[in-house]
Amino acid sequence: MGLAYYPGCTLKTKARNLEEPGIASMEVLEFKLEEIPRWNCCGAVYSLAEDDLIHQVAPIRNLIRAKEQGKNKLATLCAFCFNTLKRANLLMRENAEKRNTLNSFMDEEIDYGGEVEVVHLLEVLRDEIGWEALAQKVKLPLRELKIASYYGCTLLRPREIAIDSVENPTILRKFLKALGASPVDFPYATTCCGSYQIISNPGDISEYAWDILGSALRHGAEALVLTCPLCDYNLGRGQKELMKKHSEFKGMPLFYFTQLLALALGLDSQVCHFELNYGSPESLLREKNLLS
Amino acid sequence: MSVTISPKRLRREFVRKIKEISGQNLHLCYQCGMCSGICPAASNMDLPPRQIIELARLGLEEEIANSKTVWICASCLACTVNCPRGFDLSKMMEAIRLLTLRKNIDHISPEEISPEERCELPQIAMISGLRKFTG
Repeated sequence: MGLAYYPGCTLKTKARNLEEPGIASMEVLEFKLEEIPRWNCCGAVYSLAEDDLIHQVAPIRNLIRAKEQGKNKLATLCAFCFNTLKRANLLMRENAEKRNTLNSFMDEEIDYGGEVEVVHLLEVLRDEIGWEALAQKVKLPLRELKIASYYGCTLLRPREIAIDSVENPTILRKFLKALGASPVDFPYATTCCGSYQIISNPGDISEYAWDILGSALRHGAEALVLTCPLCDYNLGRGQKELMKKHSEFKGMPLFYFTQLLALALGLDSQVCHFELNYGSPESLLREKNLLS
Repeated sequence: MSVTISPKRLRREFVRKIKEISGQNLHLCYQCGMCSGICPAASNMDLPPRQIIELARLGLEEEIANSKTVWICASCLACTVNCPRGFDLSKMMEAIRLLTLRKNIDHISPEEISPEERCELPQIAMISGLRKFTG
């Protein structure tokens, strides 16, 4: 089955370890992720200003590309892109005046009214494959791997676009269960990592990272699973400094959810690009006999 | 903090613009402080988010301009989803930032980011950061 797919900028460079295992895994699950033609950057953040329509053009153009292909769904792997595309889509569905203005501005494109549904790959796994069916496809159960689910912000907020319960999400826990791993709950699962503040206040980011990683550690996690390349960067880049500051912290591997999926489905570990990860995931995986 | 309120200091135009850009009714807020309590960045702010709302609806533009709070906000929307009054504070924070950025006053300069860091940062960090901090 084909599924229209929007990669976004970061997945083609820094986060190939998010994209490539995702595409390969979906093929095993008989879903072909079909990259939409002529996609452009979604703008990364949804514009929060009522009078700012120009920044909606970029995400909406991508939705139009999917519509042009006759697709009614557009899947993303990047949590940031998911948020921006889904919010822009909601704007087109709910605000007739702005929809008309945007459609008349984009005069080379077909008219768009929010017909395409934006989904995150985790939703595809849950809603179109199902956890039980996924569990049956697992060839290498991730036994004894204690992983904390880190959602961050953009899959869950605002409420209108959330892929799961805003207060108590369980989608990543169920995903990990299906892969045979041991999910670890911790109170910072939905707390912001500091996001774009990394370019303005990097010192604050280290504090937020320790709140999150330290809490996961105290709750027994050996690793963290995430969906967003910016969370990955913010929680990964400063780990050496955190190890110097906090003697109990020996570093924590960060995995993209697609890497764990590919590993559990028995794909060649090369597709996971673990060399791009923070926190030496390979040594942990070898320790658990999940990597030769 | 103590502030002096007088008709002379009230900036009605400032209040009007914040309402226009954010689309929010500033009078919804009943100052319960949920936003300040739930904000993961509040400890790094000089004024808690709740006080920014109060200062904004009083039209105290200078007090807000002298605070770094809106530049510490990461638009994580923890306040938005938890506000018991349905007030979207993330939109008000954005409106206040934009009032500065639209005067061509940038909060950061891309040149200040070292070339090494520019190579390391994921694209979404650069794009989102420059969207939020430059005009």
